[in-house]
Amino acid sequence: MRKLALSDEILLSIEKPARYIGGEINMVVKNPKDVAIRFCMCFPDVYEIGMSHLGIQILYDMFNKRDDIYCERVYSPWPDLDSIMRRDNIPLFALESQQPVKDFDFLGITLQYEMCYTNILQILDLSGIALNAKDRTNADPFVIGGGPCAYNPEPIADFFDMFYIGEGETAYYKLMDKYKEWKSSEKDRLDFLKMAAAIPGIYVPQFYNVSYNEDGTLKEFNPTVYEAAKTVVKQVELDMSETYYPQKPLVPYIKATQDRVVLEIQRGCIRGCRFCQAGMIYRPIRPRSLDFLKKHAKTMLKATGYNEITLSSLSSSDYKELPELVYWLMDEFKDKKINIALPSLRIDAFALDVMSKIQDVRKSSLTFAPEAGTQRMRNVINKGLSEEEILNGAMDAFLGGWNRVKLYFMLGLPGETYDDVEGIAILSDKIAREYYTIPKEKRNGRVNIVTSTSIFVPKPFTPFQWAPMDTKEEAAKKRDFLLSKVREQLNARSIKYNCHDEDVSELEGVFARGDRKLCSVIRQAYENGCMFDAWTEYFCYDKWIDAFKDKNVDMEFYIRREREEDEIFPWDFIDIGVTKEFMFKEYLNSKAEIVTPNCREKCAGCGAAKFNCGVCVEKRN
Amino acid sequence: MKARIKFSKTGSMRFIGHLDVMRYFQKAFLRADIKVSYSQGFSPHPLMSFTSPLGIGLSSDAEYMDITLEESDIPSVMIDKINSVMNDEIRVNGFSFLKDTAKPSMSVLAACDYIIAVKPEHTSQLANKEFIKKRLDDFIKQDKIEILKKTKKSEKITDIRGSIYHISDNIKDFVKMTGHDYDKSSINEMCLPILYCQLSAGSVVNLKPEVVLEALCNYSGIEYNSSVYQIHRLEMYADADGQLIPMSHYEEN
Repeated sequence: MRKLALSDEILLSIEKPARYIGGEINMVVKNPKDVAIRFCMCFPDVYEIGMSHLGIQILYDMFNKRDDIYCERVYSPWPDLDSIMRRDNIPLFALESQQPVKDFDFLGITLQYEMCYTNILQILDLSGIALNAKDRTNADPFVIGGGPCAYNPEPIADFFDMFYIGEGETAYYKLMDKYKEWKSSEKDRLDFLKMAAAIPGIYVPQFYNVSYNEDGTLKEFNPTVYEAAKTVVKQVELDMSETYYPQKPLVPYIKATQDRVVLEIQRGCIRGCRFCQAGMIYRPIRPRSLDFLKKHAKTMLKATGYNEITLSSLSSSDYKELPELVYWLMDEFKDKKINIALPSLRIDAFALDVMSKIQDVRKSSLTFAPEAGTQRMRNVINKGLSEEEILNGAMDAFLGGWNRVKLYFMLGLPGETYDDVEGIAILSDKIAREYYTIPKEKRNGRVNIVTSTSIFVPKPFTPFQWAPMDTKEEAAKKRDFLLSKVREQLNARSIKYNCHDEDVSELEGVFARGDRKLCSVIRQAYENGCMFDAWTEYFCYDKWIDAFKDKNVDMEFYIRREREEDEIFPWDFIDIGVTKEFMFKEYLNSKAEIVTPNCREKCAGCGAAKFNCGVCVEKRN
Repeated sequence: MKARIKFSKTGSMRFIGHLDVMRYFQKAFLRADIKVSYSQGFSPHPLMSFTSPLGIGLSSDAEYMDITLEESDIPSVMIDKINSVMNDEIRVNGFSFLKDTAKPSMSVLAACDYIIAVKPEHTSQLANKEFIKKRLDDFIKQDKIEILKKTKKSEKITDIRGSIYHISDNIKDFVKMTGHDYDKSSINEMCLPILYCQLSAGSVVNLKPEVVLEALCNYSGIEYNSSVYQIHRLEMYADADGQLIPMSHYEEN
């Protein structure tokens, strides 16, 4: 019988004890004593969210392929257990061995969104690991961060021994080998950090000295040791069909957010939307081969027993062999009642054909993400989706029997006017009008449109990294204006409007383009009791405001300024391939409302071609 | 064809609720290539049903699930097939075919057997052999055992004496009372067993073992603390014209 870290008494007193017992199907079992390196992989949010993340499944599989490494997992204990662990001094433990995280060699934390930053401190604190990297000793694991937020790691730089910039498949084995070398040498902690810093893609924040100008902007950002490079180059997996991918993903007992097999069909995106960070940092687009995907779909469904598979990518319609893949899946699994989910799909004839075959039309809805309400604004953000395409797609869908449409937009895009905001209401209404042009006897009841807006947050490594962000007062004003405009529309009763919380977006804006001065604010907010900030029921804006005041840091500085062309950004030391010059050119194009063609139409010379892979070496027609 | 699967649920699986166990089996069947029949209609679901959900924290040797299959191998092959894709703490230990006319097991459930043990690192006066023997004798000799039954709306005094079919402090006597042949391995694994009982179960009177234990504690003048005791289900029975038959043999084909 597996020995659990928590007593029966505790497990029976908390919500969903299955979050903490491990033992899931396909969990890797090794004897911790038989391995040289113990790596604890962490997603700093609740179990059901963390278990839905593909990246961890890939790395878990990759690490555990090696006999000398045992990779285990940990997630944020929910507040009910958090308070019990603090009360009873129970150290945070990994799910597999149920042993303390503090005894591991590495704690790897994936950074998927800014609002998980206080949860990182919770993880460290409950583990008994010093919060600041500089206070750690050889008794502590090395704490390493990775994932999208690692592309501006500065607001959390103090808490990490190192960051890994790039795709996990490429450099971790090298790091592990260096670690074994260091461990047997009995040198001190800093020596290993130096060895690590010399590996391409590894960034060790304490080896860099930061100085600021009087106005608070960066003056200089320089390495202080020989091993640390001036520029850290993003590491890219060159061949997506010859790399690690789990054959036997973990299957949780409780329902995870993503409770299905996830098949990543390609990485990267050709579209170049100017607000989208993923579209830049994962360049160039690299599809996986059809054979690879077929083989993995089969093995993973068989090994997990899931009855659903989802095709994952930033824009599935840009996967050239999508029809072949989807029709093959439908055919292969038709007797097994396997559902196929296709997010990020452009609504066209193929999409509607597939959807009508795999979904119950009466229950499903169509999703469009125009992101902006007017064509002018869509040109500004380089979202190549025209009103005609949206209306035609919707009409085809209506004729096919659908009557539910979801629309996603952003408020606060650079250069947005109130006409652009009103455009969201007008476009929503136009879609409804389109529906009512169908003769009554052919309609399927009333049309149902859900229009959602989120608040635009400028991200590093996008053409909008220079742009100011709306204040939350402006955002609230636009939201109220939009609501009033929605209500004025002819089909107002068919349109439901949802919006995103401004307080959270404001903080996201601060952290997204923040610098090292924010480390002390985040630590203070955590000490004020902030945790699970991504959860509305736990988010406490006032505690954050207190922390900013306490540390004398001005939020406006990070979100309100339009930055100068030559300003040194805290993330400039990272080279993602796409150059700053290209991004600035795109920023100017956005102001001139000029559309830039996608990677397959015409190379825009972004810089990612230096990796010499994917679309950059594809033959163009 | 209809079949009834008997399985055990122990260790950390005690903390998995019965809806999740249902989902667990659905996936296990897909992994094992076992073809379960689906219901008709717009949202087909696999035809599976549990006899009686086990409370969180309890363990069991004898959980039952009725399923309808498109095709099947002989029981021993089916057991091996399913167990090859299961974890160590939910194991199938019985598989029997049912008559096509068999009623769902949940509708014929009549009684359950339980062991109650003191958990490791816990103590209870009930673990004292002489103490429990004497108290239990007196407890069960009462004409009435009244407990206060609390629901959301009301409180009601209920007599549970008639729903306790058998109760003993040792396995030997208990086996004589029930006449059932138990799998001794899990009984031997229990750290400190103190009580065995057969209680009424099902839709008419469903008496929970915790209730009996609490009544015994109250009667014996000791404080009842639920976290001290591990409760383990040993068997489930159907009522066949007044006679209790283990669920695995009821309406067997």
